[in-house]
Amino acid sequence: MTRLFASREALLAGVIALLLVLIAFRFPGFVTPANLASVFNDTAPLIILALAQMIVILTRCIDLSVAANLALTGMVAAMLNGMGVPLALILCGVVMLGAAMGAVNGLLVWKLDIPPIVVTLGTMTIYRGIIFLISDGKWINAHQMSDGFKALPRIAFLGLPMMSWIAIAITLGFAVLVGRTALGRSFFAVGGNPHAAVYTGINVGRTQFAAFVIAGAMAGLTGYLWVARYAVAYVDIAGGFELDVVAACVIGGVSIAGGMGSVGGAVLGALFLGIMKNALPVVGISPFWQLAISGAAIIIAVAFNARQGRAPGRIILKEAA
Amino acid sequence: MTPSYRVIPDRLVSPFAKALKSWESLLLIVAVAIFIANALASPYFLNAWNLSDATFNFTEKAMIAFAMAMLIIAGEIDLSVAAIIALASTMMGVAMTMGFGTPVLVLVGLGTGLACGAFNGTIVARLGLPSIVVTIGTMSLFRGISYIILGDQAFTGYPADFAWFGQGYVVWVITVELVVFAALAVAFGVLLHRTSFGRQVYVIGNNPVAAQFSGVNVARVKFILFLLTGLMAGVAAVCLTSRLGSTRPSIATGYELEVVTMVVLGGVNILGGSGTIPGVVIAAFVMGLVTFGLGLLNVPGIVMSIFIGLLLIGVIALPRLWAMRRRRA
Repeated sequence: MTRLFASREALLAGVIALLLVLIAFRFPGFVTPANLASVFNDTAPLIILALAQMIVILTRCIDLSVAANLALTGMVAAMLNGMGVPLALILCGVVMLGAAMGAVNGLLVWKLDIPPIVVTLGTMTIYRGIIFLISDGKWINAHQMSDGFKALPRIAFLGLPMMSWIAIAITLGFAVLVGRTALGRSFFAVGGNPHAAVYTGINVGRTQFAAFVIAGAMAGLTGYLWVARYAVAYVDIAGGFELDVVAACVIGGVSIAGGMGSVGGAVLGALFLGIMKNALPVVGISPFWQLAISGAAIIIAVAFNARQGRAPGRIILKEAA
Repeated sequence: MTPSYRVIPDRLVSPFAKALKSWESLLLIVAVAIFIANALASPYFLNAWNLSDATFNFTEKAMIAFAMAMLIIAGEIDLSVAAIIALASTMMGVAMTMGFGTPVLVLVGLGTGLACGAFNGTIVARLGLPSIVVTIGTMSLFRGISYIILGDQAFTGYPADFAWFGQGYVVWVITVELVVFAALAVAFGVLLHRTSFGRQVYVIGNNPVAAQFSGVNVARVKFILFLLTGLMAGVAAVCLTSRLGSTRPSIATGYELEVVTMVVLGGVNILGGSGTIPGVVIAAFVMGLVTFGLGLLNVPGIVMSIFIGLLLIGVIALPRLWAMRRRRA
């Protein structure tokens, strides 16, 4: 199994390298370290959310409300900043608010046994709607935000902005969580075989709940980063971003059937999409192609995953209900 | 928690007798209550022309909801329906700029819907991939193609006789769309409740493995269901494009959510295996009345979407909360 994962990530890394080489032939400027660093920085929110989505998908769930969660916490962060709340408190606030919204998803899935796709499809529209209610549909623009609020993601440290460092730190954090903690291992157990997980003493619903709460907290943090970086907050920020996040996971080899996936895969999947997104205008392809390309990438990746997932002795009978 | 098996009766209970004591009748009471509440809340509600306009709130979505109901009963889902509308509408716009007349435009719309449905069906039924992810992918793909073709432009200037589908009236206040909606409701009702194909759909939803062993061609039935869903999205695209008189790539954004909500509100089990077309018909009226009533009270569209989201979760959550309470008692 580990060799399978390793080969998958090596393959994806190879595809990314090939992509960069092809771009470099025509546009050498794209692969300079400075530009690659800025591409990485652009992709930081996608990396954070792909990791968050990964643990949710590992437990056989899906969270389509991450982008709406991001937009709502971003708006709340901007409004708190407008009221003069100190940045440290705002940071705590967004993580807690995001976690609370994740907890709503998790509770509905855990306690009421509602399919996650339905829950998060519903909360996605509800969270978006709440942004309109609290903001009255108005925008919060750069001049309405304090300098300290906008500066944090941009502070340079060792040549990289703080936003990139946060993404790196979270990646390391997830590597420890998924690989070195009981909770992280139980994500795999719950997704791989829920019945077996119950017999080993793992509470399936609570584990799924934990995954939703962590994903929500990450979405909340990203909400602040997003709003501070782009210095604007309104109802539709990050609209449709949940699809990019799911795409990054699927491309990264996270199995939608649960129980299979890795931190490296999710990060590489996000980087693949991020490089694609940044390269399109450079290569001279209209940015309108991007949606179709990520759609095609999801389909190809999921077909590819299914082919790889058909190892002998995996799941022979799907759960009936 | 819930039992992992379901019982298929040897003989169907008459749908009429069932309807008297079921989810559908509860829903009907809700519909009547909302109707009365609307009539009391706004003086503009009880007006034949206003009510006729209100039907546009649900007719197009309900057309898709019929096919989606069968798909969900069979244990699959199609989240790409709104994107199919966008692509079909875009293709009709392309045909229009090439100078084709209304009959060709309609054929192009329906044909694009069928082609998209066939694409989804092939991937899900033949390759055996999970429909949720596949249709999330095709949702980006189909709408992405619309964006590639249209960019930030729009197609306008459809022929005058094309407007009949979305703006025409058959008699008095009865719109063409309402007639199409009613005809499709009957057709899908017969298909699901009165044919062996319909029974196969239920069997697949309850136990695909058993269905396979009892001689049901599961892949073929699923393929046909995706085809039907694509076709209905094509029909909805013809109506919507004709009604709006223009095509933008963002057309029908978010319709998939409302269609799924309508189906679930109609009593279809989201996990597959049970549900009825009459339920979906009543659910369509309920949602149409709610959005129209809120519209008359000047509630903005995005706030309505909160209601739709709450409705979707509430409708599934309440019966489960009820069951939990009863188990405890």
